Amino acid sequence: MDVELRGLTKRFGSVVANDNVNLHIRAGEVLGLLGENGAGKSTMMNMLSGLYTPDEGEILIDGKPVKFDGPRDGIAAGIGMVHQHFMLVPVFTVAENVVLGVEPTGKLGSLDIKKARAQVEEINEKYRLHVPPDELIEELPVGIQQRVEILKVLFRSADVLILDEPTAVLTPQEVREFFGIVETLKKAGKAIVFITHKLHEVLEISDRISVLRQGRITGEGDPKTLTEADLAEMMVGRPVSFTTAKNPSEPGRTMLEMDNVTMLDETDEMVLDHVSLTVRSGEVVGVAGVQGNGQTELVEAITGLERIASGKITFDGEDISYARVRDRHRMGMAHIPEDRHKSGMVDSFTVAENMVLNSYYAPEYSKGWAIDWPKVHETAARYCVEFDVRTPSVFLPGGALSGGNQQKMVVARELERETKLVIASQPTRGVDVGSIEYIHERLIASRDEGDGVLIVSSELDEIMGLSDRIYVMYDGKIVAEFDNRDGQADRNAVGLAMAGSFEGEAA
Amino acid sequence: MTDKRPDLKDVNERMRGLMARTTHGRDDFEDLVIVPLFAVVVALVFGALIMLATAVDLPTIGRSFVALAVGSVGSLSAWSETLTASIPLVLAGLGLGLGFRAGLFNIGAEGQLLMGGLAAVVAGFTLAGLPWFIHLPVTLLVGAAVGAFYAAIAGFLKATTGAHEVISTIMLNLISYRLLDWLLRQPFIQREGRSDPISKDVPPSAELPRILDFIDVNLRLHAGIFVMLAAVALVYWMLFRSKIGFAFRASGENPSAANYAGMNAAFVIVLAMATAGALAGLAGATQVTGVLGRASPGFSAGIGFDAIAVALLGRSHPVGILFAGILFGALEAGGRQMQVDAGVSIDLIGIIQALIIIFIAAPLLVRAIFPWGFRKRGKKAGEA
Repeated sequence: MDVELRGLTKRFGSVVANDNVNLHIRAGEVLGLLGENGAGKSTMMNMLSGLYTPDEGEILIDGKPVKFDGPRDGIAAGIGMVHQHFMLVPVFTVAENVVLGVEPTGKLGSLDIKKARAQVEEINEKYRLHVPPDELIEELPVGIQQRVEILKVLFRSADVLILDEPTAVLTPQEVREFFGIVETLKKAGKAIVFITHKLHEVLEISDRISVLRQGRITGEGDPKTLTEADLAEMMVGRPVSFTTAKNPSEPGRTMLEMDNVTMLDETDEMVLDHVSLTVRSGEVVGVAGVQGNGQTELVEAITGLERIASGKITFDGEDISYARVRDRHRMGMAHIPEDRHKSGMVDSFTVAENMVLNSYYAPEYSKGWAIDWPKVHETAARYCVEFDVRTPSVFLPGGALSGGNQQKMVVARELERETKLVIASQPTRGVDVGSIEYIHERLIASRDEGDGVLIVSSELDEIMGLSDRIYVMYDGKIVAEFDNRDGQADRNAVGLAMAGSFEGEAA
Repeated sequence: MTDKRPDLKDVNERMRGLMARTTHGRDDFEDLVIVPLFAVVVALVFGALIMLATAVDLPTIGRSFVALAVGSVGSLSAWSETLTASIPLVLAGLGLGLGFRAGLFNIGAEGQLLMGGLAAVVAGFTLAGLPWFIHLPVTLLVGAAVGAFYAAIAGFLKATTGAHEVISTIMLNLISYRLLDWLLRQPFIQREGRSDPISKDVPPSAELPRILDFIDVNLRLHAGIFVMLAAVALVYWMLFRSKIGFAFRASGENPSAANYAGMNAAFVIVLAMATAGALAGLAGATQVTGVLGRASPGFSAGIGFDAIAVALLGRSHPVGILFAGILFGALEAGGRQMQVDAGVSIDLIGIIQALIIIFIAAPLLVRAIFPWGFRKRGKKAGEA
């Protein structure tokens, strides 16, 4: 099945989300659709799947113009969308979720679960999805849940699959398996639109690439001849550097020291297992590891969000093992949290309010019991200019900003004060290329000002590119340490340690 | 980095742009003004339909709506009644709204109001003999303090054990009813020579003076209205200007971000509950010192529950709560007139109040009924 978008334009009020977009999706081909947050990717795909009606232009399926009045029309025409956020019922089984809404029924309209199971099994077999049909969704890992979503659209006989940022939630191993499935689907003659902002992925899996910026197609090409730098320039509109320029580190005094720290979760399971590490001033220390191996807990222990069970944490010579969050903050610890929406910001608060979220009580922002709002607004405006946070006003709710700008807002708040130690957890997750470059520069700038910087990231590239020293976490333990002052750490060795095989590599 | 930094003049200009106040969009206006307005209209129409359904004839319905209007805003006396009824509603509503902002669904205003009111009565007659400018403020403050303490129990339970405040405040309401009945029979509080549960009188030096009695001695509006207006200003300041209000709002909107920001969750919970209780207690205190003059079983008359509706209708905003409280005061004053003039049951007012809340709580319903009053939804700028 061939789908062609011809001159599609969509406006929301005065904002042009898509401007005269042309796109050709062919059967048996993977089309990589690349663009920053807010570039118009989702709007375009929502028009294709029937959720939005285009203001101008037309959609042609196999050469014939079609008109969609809702998502049902899109599905009926064979276009299926797998959303970034799964739409599954956690307490239903895989088979139940797949047939939900189009259930095969027996006599008297009762659900024929046997037939449903058989149909699910058939698709499962055909595309080698390896999904257990009787398992409850809530008991499956994220990677498998995603396959259930794919199964859902295949069950509805989709010939065009739109995959919206499918790899954002996957571990590196799951990404590999996922790419295998995409290959199978392609061979079966499906047309696939792969939406992402990860450059190396799109280069690896796509047959053709289209880049969207500010609602327009700004570049198209063949992944065989394009480089990451080309794609980034098309996305951002200017050349982007991937390697953050940095001088050799000059480590000074010990800023953070963890000595045999353990932490237990609610079920008394050990989530930090005698962790010892140091961060010195003027160096960037990276913590690599596959998500869920204790990195979150490590950061919670350092920043005081969770209580440690035993061991000692020292910050610039002072014992902070059981100090309050606010005291650690006041002593000069900056914390960029791993999930800005969950804990780094209050979506409904204004940009100004978010900028002082953890320092509103400080003397410079208060007048007695009241907050000195003019001062806060001025500071927030200055931070926005300094950190290039793009917002029309500091009175706009933080939640209205794009992901990259939200993250820059959080980074500005944390780094713009006097700091001694920066704890950055997944500092560039869900952030566009231009902002990643900028955030990396700022982290290195903090290091050069003499801060100790600890970066926890599941992106190995980020760890390798920024760190002077690398620790690898596995199963709540630090299993390896690598020197990377001149970028000499062996990427393979780090990767192996992340996967838990560190024989002979342990520090 | 320095080469990237724009020159100073440019920075100043951009900062000025960022700090320019944005005007409220039409969406805010729709949510804050149009929806409540339509909700009231729809509720009144439904009220008429219900009257029709209960076989009330059309002229009577007409008469009752005229009575509702006349009794609430039709004369100076009507205004006096409306505002008098609104005082405790606004005060308790402010406390509840503040709690909602901090993420606490406090159902206990009724109990806090009873306890605060009774405490004010006791303070009133035991401290008799003090000059009024000491006696009256102390009496009101005792009411607020006891209300605060009573609410803080629920806050403390939540902060230490995680007990949900909805359950614990409902239970504290039930306790307060029986506690009040029992206390009113104690010789210390019960009026001499009475066997029924009724308290001694609040002496004149602890009474909130009537402020319109120079025009007509029957106008009941009392100085509690100044207390109410001061409380509106104070709660506004607390929520949107003060440091503790910032922590309240952050905790209510995103507890995990508040935790990240080093705010003390237990402190916020107890303090927000206590503040809410203080306002409810103050509502009870103004009611006994301004209107009732004594305490009797169930003297709160459900104000603590109506105040939940007032806080919701006012969108937990102090100014919104002020207007919502006056509206509910008007419905009460007008309802009494309706009963007298048209013989329609005052229960109908309760139904209309409930309908208003239903329509407020379901703005989509109001939008569906009045499609031409609103812009089309889902047309917001930006990417979905």
